[in-house]
This record gives sequence, C-alpha cells and structure tokens, in this order.
Amino acid sequence: MFLYLLRRVLLIIPALFGLLVLTFVMLRVVPTDPAAALAGENSTVEQIEAIRKSYGFDQPMYVQFWVYLKQVLTGDFGTSLYTNRPVADDVFLFLPATIELTFVALVFASVSGVLIGTLAAVWHNSLFDHTVRIVTVAGLAVASFWFAILLQMLFAMQLDWLPLRGRLSTGMPAPPGISGFYLIDSLVTGNFRIFGDALWHILMPAFTLSLGGLATIARFTRSAVLDTMQKEFVTYETAAGYPRWRVVAIYVLRNSLVTPVTQIGLLFGALISSAVAVEAIYDWPGIGSYMVQAIFTSDYKSILAVTLIVGVIYAIVNLVVDLVHALIDPRVSEQM
Amino acid sequence: MLILKKFLRDIPAVLGFVIIALVIIIALASPLLVPDRSVAFDSNILARLQPPSAEHWFGTDNLGRDILARVILGTRGALMIALSVVGLAILIGVPLGLVAGYKGGLLGDLIMRLTDVFLAVPQLILAVALAQLLSRGITSAMLALALTYWPFFARTVYGETRRVRTALFVEALQGLGAGDWRIMLAHVLPNVASPVIVRATIGMGFTILTAAVLGFLGVGATPPDPDWGLAIAESREYLPEHWWFAAFPGLAILITVLGFNLFGDGLRDLVDPKLRRSR
Amino acid sequence: MEPVLSIRDLRISIPTDEGSAQILDHVSVKLEKGRIVGVVGESGCGKSTLIRAILGILPNQTQIESGVILFNGRDLLQLPKGVLNKEIRGRAIGFIPQDPYLALNPVFRVGTQLLEILRAHGMPGEAPPKKFDRRTEARYRAHLVGLLKAVQVPDPETTLERYPHQFSGGQRQRVLIAAALACRPEVILADEPTTALDVTTQLQILKLLKDLVGEFDVSMLFITHDFGVVAQLCDEVSVMYAGQTVESGPTRAILDDTRHPYTQALIGCHPDRAVDIAGIPGQVPSPLAPPPGCRFHPRCDHAMAKCISERPALQALGANRQRVACTLYDGAVD
Repeated sequence: MFLYLLRRVLLIIPALFGLLVLTFVMLRVVPTDPAAALAGENSTVEQIEAIRKSYGFDQPMYVQFWVYLKQVLTGDFGTSLYTNRPVADDVFLFLPATIELTFVALVFASVSGVLIGTLAAVWHNSLFDHTVRIVTVAGLAVASFWFAILLQMLFAMQLDWLPLRGRLSTGMPAPPGISGFYLIDSLVTGNFRIFGDALWHILMPAFTLSLGGLATIARFTRSAVLDTMQKEFVTYETAAGYPRWRVVAIYVLRNSLVTPVTQIGLLFGALISSAVAVEAIYDWPGIGSYMVQAIFTSDYKSILAVTLIVGVIYAIVNLVVDLVHALIDPRVSEQM
Repeated sequence: MLILKKFLRDIPAVLGFVIIALVIIIALASPLLVPDRSVAFDSNILARLQPPSAEHWFGTDNLGRDILARVILGTRGALMIALSVVGLAILIGVPLGLVAGYKGGLLGDLIMRLTDVFLAVPQLILAVALAQLLSRGITSAMLALALTYWPFFARTVYGETRRVRTALFVEALQGLGAGDWRIMLAHVLPNVASPVIVRATIGMGFTILTAAVLGFLGVGATPPDPDWGLAIAESREYLPEHWWFAAFPGLAILITVLGFNLFGDGLRDLVDPKLRRSR
Repeated sequence: MEPVLSIRDLRISIPTDEGSAQILDHVSVKLEKGRIVGVVGESGCGKSTLIRAILGILPNQTQIESGVILFNGRDLLQLPKGVLNKEIRGRAIGFIPQDPYLALNPVFRVGTQLLEILRAHGMPGEAPPKKFDRRTEARYRAHLVGLLKAVQVPDPETTLERYPHQFSGGQRQRVLIAAALACRPEVILADEPTTALDVTTQLQILKLLKDLVGEFDVSMLFITHDFGVVAQLCDEVSVMYAGQTVESGPTRAILDDTRHPYTQALIGCHPDRAVDIAGIPGQVPSPLAPPPGCRFHPRCDHAMAKCISERPALQALGANRQRVACTLYDGAVD
C-alpha cells in the first residue's frame, strides 16, 4: 500500500512539469509580441522593454524557461493589469471563494448522485428509475450558465426567495478570515447571522454548479450498482440470509463505488471549469470571476497563472482520488 | 439488420437520432426557412423586445431582430463549430493514439504523457486561455476547443489499439511481412472505429455546450453572429421581464445537446455491451 | 417419518424473448433427516433452479406454476421474502455455492462476511443480537474459529482477517462450508460445490462434507452432475433429466439395479465405467421446446408411443423406496 502511494505521488511530478512547459509554450504562441501582450494595451515602449528584459524574451529558449521556472517556484506571477496587485496575491484572495463553492457543489452532487443512482438501480425499471434516467440525461445537456439565469429569474427576481448574487448581502460584514471559507469562519466564531446569510447566498450557485455532476454521478452509480447486483456474491449473500438493506448499502455499494468515486474526482476538475461561467452569472468573487475579468482586459499573465494553478489543484485532486480508489478496493494496490 | 432492430428498440436513442436529424435539416434548410435574412440581422428599433406573437414566434431581441430566425441561423453555426472541432480533434488524436498504442515503447509513453499534460487542466479553462491567447474570434475558439479535446480521442484509440495489438491476427500479419503502417491503417483502425464514433457523437454535444459558454464569455462568436451562447449573454440585462430572449436560445442548446447525448449513448450500447453505461 | 424437506411436483417456467421456457416439470425430491440426498443431472437440467426455488432467490419474472416445497410442514413457496430471509436463509437452511471464486465478496475480509451471517441470525439457538458490541463480536469470532477448525482451514484466526483473493479455491470452499454451518441449520443445500475445484481437492472436500454431516447432524441436498460423486457421498439419489425427475432411490439400489434408461446411460458414461467415448446420442432438449410426454424419449432406445403421448409419473417400485418415471415400468411392481 505504501509503495503504491509513493509511486502515485512521484507520477505527479512529470505531469506538473509538463504543465509548466505547456503554459510556457502557450504564452509564446501568442501571435503578437509576447512582451507587448504581457504589458497590456496601454503600455509605453519602455514598459514593454522592461518586461522583455525581466522575462528574458531576447534570450535563448532554455534561458527563458529557466527564468519562468524560477518565477513560478517563487510564486511570482507578475502583476495584474487590472488590479495592479501581484497576480499571486490576487489568486489567493479569490481562491477560497471558488473552493468553498466547488466543495459545497461537490458534496451535494456526490451524496445525492450516489443516493439517487443506487435507489434507481435497486428499483430497476420502476417509475423512479425511468424518471431518473430521463432527468440525468437532460441534466447533462443543460448549459449551466443558462440554467443559472433561469434559476435567478425564478427564485431571485420573481419569487424573491433567494438572493440574486454575491457571497453576502450588501452591508453584511465578512466573518473573520481564518480559512477564507465564510461558512466555516462564521460558524467557528459564532456569527450565526453571517452564517445564515452566507448559506442563503451559496445555495443557488452551488446547486447550479452541481447539476451536471449530479447527473453524471447518478448515472455511473446506477450502472455500477446494476452491474454489481448481477454478481454471484450478491446471490450468495441473499441466499445466506443477509438483511436486504445491508446487502445494498454495505456490500453492494463498496463494490460499486470505484467508478463513481473516479467520477467524483474528475468532477472536481469539471466543476472548476463550470465555475468560470457560474461565478460570472452570480457575481461570485472567485477565481472564475477573476478569470473572466482577465479575459475582458486581455490580462495574459493572470490567465496563465490561473491556468497553471488550477492545473496543479486538479493534479492533486486526481492523486487523492487514486488513493481513495486504493482504499476502497484492496486489490488495486496489490496489482501495482 | 439485427443491429438496426436492436437500435430501434432503444427509444431514447431513436429519439436522439430524430432530434439530430431535425437539427441537421434545420441547419441545411436555413436559407429556405429564413428567406429574408434582414429579420435576423437588421435593427428594427420599433419592434424591439416584443414577446412571442403570431408574427414573431419567439419574440424579438433588444435590436428588434426576430429570435426564431436567429435561433434557426444559429443552428448552422453551432453544427459547423461542433463538426470542425470534433473533426480536428480526431485528426490530431486518432493518429497519435494509433501510433502510441501500436508502437508502444518510448514514443508511446511520450505521447501519453502529452495527453496527460493537456488533460491536466480542466477543459474549459484551457480552452478559454488558448482562445484568448490566439486572438479573439471564432476560429481561435475552434482551434482551442480542438486542442483540448484531442487527448480524449488519443486515449480511447490508444486503449483500443493496445487491446487489438495483442490479438493473434496482428502477429499473423507481421509474420506475413505486412508493413506497420499498412497494419495500422487497414486492420487496426477499423477495429477502433466504433469507440471513436461513439466518442465523436458525444463530443459533438459537449462541444456545442462548451462553444456556447465561450460565446457567452465573449471568447467565441462575436456580434452580430446569431450564436446561441452569445444571444444568452446579450439577453442578460433584459431579464426577467423579457424572458423569451434567453429562453429560446437556451432551449435550442438543450435540445440539440440532448439529441447528441441520447444518440451517442444508444450507439455505445450497440457497439459494445460491455461498455454500457446505462441499461 | 416425515421428511425434513419435501419438494413435490414442482413446475417452474421463465418467460424469455423467444417464449416461455419450462425449466422444471414435475420435479419431486424428498430429504429425510440425517441423510445426504444427491440430485444428479447434466448441465441445464434445472438443478440450480431447484436450489433457488427452495431459497426463494429465483429471478423476478419466474413463474411458479404448481407444486410445493415443504420444510418442516411449511410451504416455502408461500412464505413472504422477509420471513424467508430472517428464518430460513442461512439459519434453518444453509447454502454452499458452486463457485468459490465468485461467491465471496472480494472487497471485504472473510471474517466480516462470516460475521454478517451471525449478525443477521444470531448464534445457533440464540436470537439475533440487538446490539453488536465488542463482546458479542468476540463471542462470534470464537464460534467462527471453531467452525474453521472443523472444516480444516489452517490458521483460522488469520483467515478471518484475510481477503478472499488470498486463498485457493479449495480453501475458499471450506470457508463457504463453514459459513453454511454457522447457525447450525437443519438442512444444507450444496450446489455442485466441487465442480470448480481440481480432482484432489474435490476428494478432500467430499470427505469433509461427509464427516461434517455426521458431526453437525444436518441433512444435505447435494446437487451434482457427476454420478461418481453421488456414489461416494450420497445415501440416496434423485436423477433429473431436462427438468423432470426420472428416477430416485437409495444410491446402492440405483447403482445395482438401474431402471430408467437415462440413468443407465448416465452411469454408463462415467469415465470409470465407460467402455467407449460414445456418450448418449442426441442432445438435451431446450426448455423452450421440450418434447411432449417423457422428455427423454427422442434419445431413448426403448421409446414407445405411450412415451410421447403421456408423461410417465414417478412410481414406487418396491419396498426400498426406489421410484421410476418410465413407461417401461408402468404397473410393474415387483
């Protein structure tokens, strides 16, 4: 088991390195002069030259890459054109909001997805099963930004049940910044009013974000459980008199979770992707919004920085998924 | 024939096929359906933001353009984008996957590491970053999307090729002295075609969705294109009173993507029951 | 004496895409206390369906057309699934499955799976536990270790902690036998438990089963396709062909004085007895289109017109409980 963990961790390194190379190459693919691109539209000639020097565009490629590597490893991603702060600072400012949102969406999608998928499989061919099949397929075809707009129209504008945008109502102070996650911070410091407000604000964005994931997880769980139920050991367990609910909830589920868990891990990456559009709609101050802002201002530095950081997060999440995978199915680590 | 009968029993798949057929027909027939393009492109301030009526079935947008016409014209754009992206992704991914799976060794590893790198970043983010860097516009967006999607094809083909590679008939062919390229193209490729087709169909749906997001964010289609995602973006400030502005383009996306997904699922069930994700 | 388990005139069919398949047609088997009864027949004759019918684990669409399965006076076919699960399965009737490689859940330890049976039904003679605490678990584990020793599994304590894939087929089968005996059931149903094992292991398991039947005072219904096994293990035998019971009686009597043509052919085919590799000419009929009357008649040398028109009933042939369903013996009681 330990060896497997070690191998898995070591495998990340080439992937991350490749990611660095990719982002490095991406910048130099820009049709215009990279230095001018990084300097921004309203820059002076001196500014462009300064950038050229600091990034080393006039140097040979391998020197440039070395410069780039140094910058990344020291966390220097340059200064944002829009906010005039170091990009690294910006990202860490906005990151918690996205992680909080993504996490809530992930938990909701996973739990409901597994539950719905399992029930649909156990009640195979029932009305519930057919409904689930239809809804999950439709759920994957819905454009999340469109769905967000619809939800906003209904719940915020028409019914006024939920707040339209943002993490907190205007005038509501943010809780003391311990983790950056409003829900946790407010609970931990006993600010229940803030907690309630933050919770109310996270509901629609999280639900919108979770929709595609919920559908996928439900589908994969359903099919995995259906497959497992066909297996001999399920027949045997029934013949040996195991209580039905335990057969399903414990013995079948553990065997069926491999694919859904992999999906949950992949979902994280998909959620971060979708977060870009969803954050834009709900004015959620996360790196998705930051990225959108960077797009509008052609702030290449920020865009690349966000891409790189998201890539790293994604790689770590995949690693965790593989580890959980090995925990669930003890045969995996032995095969490696 | 048996396959056709089996397919016809899968109702959702048939529904998907019908939807796709309809969408293709609408796209092809758009000159006939919208004979007077001015209703979709010319500003008509007097008729702006009209609700659905007998004259304008889907209502009009902020510039008085007929939304039904724009949705119909947008169909062609959506399909063209999807086809180009998927086609390009196949052109890049399939040969790479074939070579990686067939030759194996260092080259194979290298190619697979390359797919890992491209897959290291979530698709949309990568696509947005690429599209932005390649200069704004629909062609950059398509290229960016293709670059984020080819790894999926490469991986699928790689897996299938490896599977086929170990089959006896490949050894037999090599024993007969057939060249590598010939084996790959004439014998291995037909065997891996099915999963590729399945993935391509589902990819069509996915591309339309992602292209819509890019259009929405302003990195894809540009005004005055009747792009569905762009239309939704344009509609935002006029909600919720003028709901039709956002509703119909969104529905168009939903139905089209649904069609591709349903059909793709059905194809997958047909092609390899072992791969079945739904029953 | 009333038999512990009595299957009478069981008829079961399953609807398929190509029509209704008549899997079992008037099957009758009696199991008396302390005996080992073998049910023998070729693949596809419906033996497994019989076991599943007893335990109530047939596929949903299965039609039970007629017949009863009496266990201590109750008709198992009429019992609701909940009652079957709580009182019968694993508790009053134990089950040894055919394939030890597939029957155990691969991602749970052996001990966990065995404990589950005790959690569900309680120790022999006790009610199921209300609370499953450490003390109960320790008691149960001790009981399981005892069982594993009885089935001759080396190092029982460690065995409980291991995963199924860490054991050989023979060892897994022993574990499954221990599982079947966990609650000291009255009856054990063994579904070809040695088919998936190699010959040496087979012999060991058979000997083990024979010893255990005496030691644990159970009655056993043993399904197999191998008459040789029947000869070694079973006190009585019931022969099935294409879903019909064709002959039954004490093993010795059947072997010495075989009556039914199919039984003769079956015994004749056994490698120990076969003169040449001819086998039985013809093929087992599909349950979708079974021959009318006696299902064996197309392959029978002694077939008569009556064999086609009328299904022969299972008749007693003498005081020694030998019974045959064959037109040849109509009315001929020695």
